[in-house]
Formats: sequence, C-alpha cells, structure tokens
Amino acid sequence: MNKLIQNEMMKLIAKKRLIVIAIIIGILVMLFTYAQYKQVQTQREKLGTSDWRTILQQQIVDTTNRLSSSRISDEWKKQLQISLQQQQYYLDHDINPAEPGAPTFMRIFLESSIDLFIPLMVMVIASDLVSSEHSLGSIKLLLTRPVKRWKVLLSKYITLCLAVSLVIAIAGILSYAISGVVFGYKGWGAPILTGFNVTDTGLNTSEVKLLSLWKFLLMDFGLVWFVSIVVGTLSFMLSVLIRSTAAGMGVMLAALISGAILSNMVSSWESAKYFFMVNLRLTDYMKGTAPPIEGMNLSFSMMVLFVWWAAALLVSFIVFTKKDVY
Amino acid sequence: MEKKITLSVKNLKKVIGRREIIKNLTFDLREGEVFGFLGPNGAGKTTTIRMLVGLIKPTSGSIQICGNNIEDHFQEAMTSLGCIVENPELYPYLSGYNNLLHFARMLDDVGDERIREVTELVGLTERIHDKVKTYSLGMRQRLGIAQALLGKPKVLILDEPTNGLDPAGIREMRQFIRFLAEEEGLSVLVSSHLLSEIQLLCDRVAIISKGVIIRVDTVQQLLENRERVVWHIDPFEKGKQVLSSLTSIEEKDDRTILTDFDEKKTPEWNKRLVEAGVSVIEINRKMPVLEDLFLELTGGDTIE
Repeated sequence: MNKLIQNEMMKLIAKKRLIVIAIIIGILVMLFTYAQYKQVQTQREKLGTSDWRTILQQQIVDTTNRLSSSRISDEWKKQLQISLQQQQYYLDHDINPAEPGAPTFMRIFLESSIDLFIPLMVMVIASDLVSSEHSLGSIKLLLTRPVKRWKVLLSKYITLCLAVSLVIAIAGILSYAISGVVFGYKGWGAPILTGFNVTDTGLNTSEVKLLSLWKFLLMDFGLVWFVSIVVGTLSFMLSVLIRSTAAGMGVMLAALISGAILSNMVSSWESAKYFFMVNLRLTDYMKGTAPPIEGMNLSFSMMVLFVWWAAALLVSFIVFTKKDVY
Repeated sequence: MEKKITLSVKNLKKVIGRREIIKNLTFDLREGEVFGFLGPNGAGKTTTIRMLVGLIKPTSGSIQICGNNIEDHFQEAMTSLGCIVENPELYPYLSGYNNLLHFARMLDDVGDERIREVTELVGLTERIHDKVKTYSLGMRQRLGIAQALLGKPKVLILDEPTNGLDPAGIREMRQFIRFLAEEEGLSVLVSSHLLSEIQLLCDRVAIISKGVIIRVDTVQQLLENRERVVWHIDPFEKGKQVLSSLTSIEEKDDRTILTDFDEKKTPEWNKRLVEAGVSVIEINRKMPVLEDLFLELTGGDTIE
C-alpha cells in the first residue's frame, strides 16, 4: 500500500499541480492583503481615528440606519439585526472583533474561501486523479498488475486526502506569512467570541464563549479540512464516473457555484438544505451569522456533508471495482 | 513431449447488451510458443485480450494463467502475466525510469536491479532518464515491453505489437519476440490484423471472426498444399485449353493462369504445353499466404 501511495504522489508531483495551486493561493493572498490594507486605511481617513471602538460604533450606527430603511427584504433585515446584536455584544464586552494582525487575516481568509476558493483548488487535484488515467490509457496498465482494484483506488484516495491537507496547510502558511508583512505577525492570543445561537427571535447570546484566536483558528482549519475532504471525495467520485476530466470538473464547478447562488435565495425552499453545496459555509456557524435556511446548524450541516461523503466514497469504490475497462 | 500449458481459455463468452461479442472461445497457450491471434477489425480480438488481462469481466467461461483462475485468484494469475493492451500508454510526464519504477512498485520483489536488466534488454539504457513525452513511438513500444517484462512473466500478451512501427522496427520487434519465446521460454500471445506479420512471427495461429475461432493450427499446417504456380504463356487461349484439360485452373486478370503446385505434375504440364506448341514464358511458384486462407475461411470478411 505504501508503495502505491508513493506512486500516486510521484505522479501528482510530476504533474506540478501542487505548485500551481500554491502560486494561485499566493497571488490571491497578496491581493486580499492589499485590499484589506486599503480598507483599513480608508476607514481611518474617514473617521480620523484608528481606535477600533470608534470604528465599531460607527458600524453599528451604519447598520441601524440601514435597518430603518423600508426597502430591504425581511431576510436581509434579519441578517442585519443579528450582526447588529453581535457588534453590540462585542462592544459591550470590550472585545475587538477584528484584532489587527496576520492571524485575524488568516481567519477572514479561511472564512471567505471555505465555500468556493479552497474547494476549487481541491477539485483541481481530485477531478483528474482517476479520469486522467482513462484519458491517457494508462488505466490498462494500472489494472493489469497483480494488485486488486480497490487497493489501487484506495491508494489514490489516500493520496487525495494527503494532497488536500497539504493544500490547506499551504493556504494557512501563505496567508500568515504574506499578510504578516503588512499587518504584523502578532495576535494569536487575541480574544474572539463564539457560540452565538441564531434563533427565531434573534440572537441568543447565552452560550457565548470567549476563545483565544489560535484556538478558534484551529477549529476553523478543522472545518475547512472537513469541507475540503467532502468536496474532494465528490470530485473523486465524478472522476471515477465520468471519463473526461473536463466534464467532471464542469459538473463539480456548476455544483459549487450553484451552492453559492442558492444560499442567497433558498430560505423559503426548505428541502434545499439537504444539498451538500449550501452546507459548505461551516465557519459561519462559528461566527454566528444566520444560516441560509432556517433550522440549519453546525451539526446538521456536518451530518449532511458526512452522508454525501459516505455515499460518494461507496459509489466510487463499487463502480471502480466492477466496471469493464475499454 | 507436450509442453506445459501456461494459458488456458475455456468457453469464453462476453455479452454486451444483447449482442454476443465473443461466442465460446477455447484455446491453450504452451510454454515457449508464439501464438497468433488473427482477425479483422471488430472480430473480437481486443475484447478477448481485455478479458485475458482482467480489464473486462467475461460473461461466462474461465481463464487460467499458470493454473490460476483470474477471477478467483487475480493476484496470483496477474503475477505470471505481462501485457501491453493496444498502445503502451505510459505516463508522458514521467521519465522512462520512473515509469518502470512505478510499475515495479506494483509487483513484489522487483528492485532496481531488475529495472536495469529490462532496460538493457530492450536497449533503452541511454534514454531511460528522459521524459517519455520525448520518446519516439518505437521507443515507447520498447518501454512498454520493458514494463511488461519487469515481473518475469510466464505469459506475455501483446495487442498489435507492431502497430505504428517502421519496417526496421517491425523486424526488430519480431526478432525480439522470437528471442523471448525461444531463449526465455515465454508464451507469447500476439494479436494482429496483419497476416504477413503473424505468418512470420507465430508458431500457431487462431483465426477469429465475429467472435468465433474458425480454426487453430500451426502455420505450416494451415499453409500446407497451398502452394500455387503462375503460368505466363503464349498463345494464351490455347495454353489455357491445354492446362484446363490437365488440372483445375484459375484465370487471372493480367492474362496469367494459376494452378496448384505439385512437384511431380508441374513439370509434366509444362512438357504438354511445349508439345502443344505453346511458348511458356514464365513458370512462377508462388509461396502461400495466410491472406488467401483467411479470405477463404472467413468468407471475405473485411480485412486490411
């Protein structure tokens, strides 16, 4: 088994996918860092102060103003109310929700890339693991060795999991290293609040806990990893089912993008919550923003994703071991 | 003495949808022989070979490689098998050496030593560390063979091994395959739609058409009593009359006549022609080809 994984790793590295992904992440992090830097600067100029309390106060005033407008939709209104209550809570407890520094940047980067960007990178690796063997024709050599088919597939799957972990590690390291140049490398111990409970009546703050940022980040990474593994497994299944890499990528891409769009408009279509793609924003639960559909929470989303993961894995292995290869 | 049977196929069948692609194939391969698998495109050669190497599951029937049934004992059976199905599609982005390393890792106890050995055997030592995408087709073919030989197989299955090779390459490949069978004692199964190829290369031939084996025999036996004589005579009509009174004849478009060859009778026929005042310009003994036999057996089934 080790030797098989070594083989898959050799091929993955020779294809230079990981390097390409690292470069893409690097460039994006640079862009985001610059954008964030600009934002902070404009804010400072506008308010004439760099004190976070003043800024937060201003944000609360902004949000309240927006809430009083009659032209916003009910759902949006609810979202705003929740974030307003949250901001107020932060202010009351004298905690900066956006403590400057590389760790905070890392957190924001992870939170905004969990549902599209990182799954996209994972997809780039996963979607051609099996289908490329078909399009090259090397599958015929691979499956005529004295190795059982499920072992061949398992070695590919383990390689995928390793690669996914690597991609997330790269994302973490690069976002810390690059943003640190601008924001400084400190801020691991900054306090952050989690455990906001979104209920029908609004925001329930009874279970709010104070965490150090590094602990919070660790959880964020765990969730990102989980989401990536699920998305990777789904792409992997498509790669087994569809022989063309491009077609497999297309299907997965369509699913991911539709998830991003759907989350904004499915609040009244309740059964949509069983789609995997509207459940990808796991880190939002940590932050305590309103879920796209009522009744969704962290454990529900993880459960849904887990079922999709298990089904995808099962289908991959059954099809791969049974299928005739032409 | 009968040589050991290394590959045995019994009542092999494959049904895809409602169509029976392969109908009841039965044949054996013995140690040290080159076995030809001959048929037109679409006869079922590739499907059969894919079943032999475990890529396609047979609908019924059994395949045994060195006594191991490939369905029940896949790993054991595959250990004694080396194969190239169609073109040797190796990883173009890896070097030749890494490709061999890749497949060596999938076998038990195949180390660096063996990789060097097979590289030398196929004559790729100088280019082995270059990427496969820079290789010519002939070199890829050789790397494919090297890969197939890594595990010291008892049975080698080559699907269209001379496909896309130039004449020198074809000759080299032929010599190499003969060498493997004669010196190393491998059983080699070669499929081809090129009759001349099979005729020069193989000991025994199975002729397959539309999923059925029409005949299995040694090349010599298949071709026995099939030598013909071409007569070029003048005047044509008169000569034709004389010859047709002696034996069955076949008139060709280029105003020549074909008869069977017979060591005793042919000189006699010549004498009769001369006596009848016909000038014999040319008597040409024509070596038999599988092509004619093939057309005869398959009833003109398309062939290249």
